[in-house]
Amino acid sequence: MTATKSPPPERAAANDPSAEYDGPPDYRVIGRHAVFPQTSHDEIERINFLAQMNRHLAARVVPGVKAAYEKRVVPAFEAANGRPVAHRHEARKAMLNDPSFQTWSALRRATMEQRQQAGRWTVLRQNEELARKAHELTSGDPRLELDPALEIPRYVSAVDHHCMPGSYHTEYFPGDVTNGANYDHAGFVTTGGLLGKFVDGGGQAVVKWVKANLPDFRPSKILEIGGTVGHSSLPLAQAFPEAELTIVDLGTPVLRYGLARAKSLGVDNVRFVQASGEDLSRYPDHSFDWVQTTMFLHELSLPAMRNILRESRRLVRDGGIVLHVEQPQYTSDMSYFEQAMRDWDAFYNAEPFWSRLHEMDLDAEMERAGFDRSKVIHGAVFGVVDREIFPDAQEDETEDYGRKAAWEVIGVVA
Amino acid sequence: MSFADALAGAGAKAAGKRPYFLTPEVERVLAITMTVAQELAVARQRADTLERLLLAKGVIAAGEIDAFIPDAVATAERQMWNQEYIARILRIVQQENEAAAHLAEVSSGDLAEELAKAD
Repeated sequence: MTATKSPPPERAAANDPSAEYDGPPDYRVIGRHAVFPQTSHDEIERINFLAQMNRHLAARVVPGVKAAYEKRVVPAFEAANGRPVAHRHEARKAMLNDPSFQTWSALRRATMEQRQQAGRWTVLRQNEELARKAHELTSGDPRLELDPALEIPRYVSAVDHHCMPGSYHTEYFPGDVTNGANYDHAGFVTTGGLLGKFVDGGGQAVVKWVKANLPDFRPSKILEIGGTVGHSSLPLAQAFPEAELTIVDLGTPVLRYGLARAKSLGVDNVRFVQASGEDLSRYPDHSFDWVQTTMFLHELSLPAMRNILRESRRLVRDGGIVLHVEQPQYTSDMSYFEQAMRDWDAFYNAEPFWSRLHEMDLDAEMERAGFDRSKVIHGAVFGVVDREIFPDAQEDETEDYGRKAAWEVIGVVA
Repeated sequence: MSFADALAGAGAKAAGKRPYFLTPEVERVLAITMTVAQELAVARQRADTLERLLLAKGVIAAGEIDAFIPDAVATAERQMWNQEYIARILRIVQQENEAAAHLAEVSSGDLAEELAKAD
């Protein structure tokens, strides 16, 4: 190793590796707030390593998996079956027998498990202190409404989404915020900073889309269902400071952490409410101007999604909007290879509704929920680049199926 | 939270049956190896931090570490550390090779039966 300091980019000389660095920023750029866990040098470097692992797997291993699919998996399938691959599940099952897919999958799964262990260690060792800080910020605040009697549905409790032990809802002691803090501070491993220093690039993208497409829209009551700690929600509250944003979620620790985080970041026009999006009968009909979900529908079940779409129809006022942001749907112009790679999270990263959701006709589901099909709108949103982290950002062309900061919007003006 | 609880909680299994892509034996060793690789990266970055701090504080000069030549005593200590380290890691290779030279060895479990016999 060398003790030579790299010159700043503007003086970068030929053969200076820093001049062509392309990858996740150092974790130390992350935005901190009052309930953000303290991170030691080594804990930071663990996260840096794991973010680089995901980068390596996406940029340098996936192309090999694709080549192996084309050169080895498809010919073997066609020889055995006398016909081409005809479904994404056939593509995936055929790849399960190929060493290239096996190795990539085993490494990707191991990286996810390492990320959880690393993040949980950091939070667990200080969770009493974090709970104390969260208590100071939220105690007696009516903007935190918890419901200890709320039942956690099987689509959340049976497998822990993205291998996150205890998921969003498990509380280890009264006042605990462990699972909110773990979800918040180490998500960087998966996003590589692409969602910005406060992980709000998705929410900012939604705001940008709304302002561009509905320039006269002035909401006063906004509802985000499944907003967890508020990563994607706070930009809505910030963009419309005269509005009141209500975030509902099933998970006690994420809601408690979320309000403390929001207040610490100076976002006060928010409420965090523990409730199931399937039953929001506490709110009267037409009580919101805007109902939003962001990267949420894939963590449901089919009946739950239908209930939530129906509730959103009931809750939105005439002329209001309902928007759902998700990873792209599987369409006939998407290759079976890409569909199978996108399905990886469904089968191997504990996202059990992901596969079914992405093959559905969501327009028909909106109609079923009571919306006028002709008013359903589609759009594309891209994570807003945080220039503090990526001052020279160009479009990222690395494809990490299902993880990229590029989503589809399906919505409706009621 | 106690240290023991934090250790157990950090490594807790997520709900849901784990998929295996390789034979479980191979995947187990791979997962252990990748965590060791992670910890090597962490140690390497810590050493780099130390170097940069020493450089910034003027304790060492730029290039000094790369130009470092250990004296004879330090060389011997460092190379012996390497040898000990490798031998430690590759213990099972040594032991399997030793076993190959002793094919008639009996296992403790088998010996237990023999030793327990009354006659």
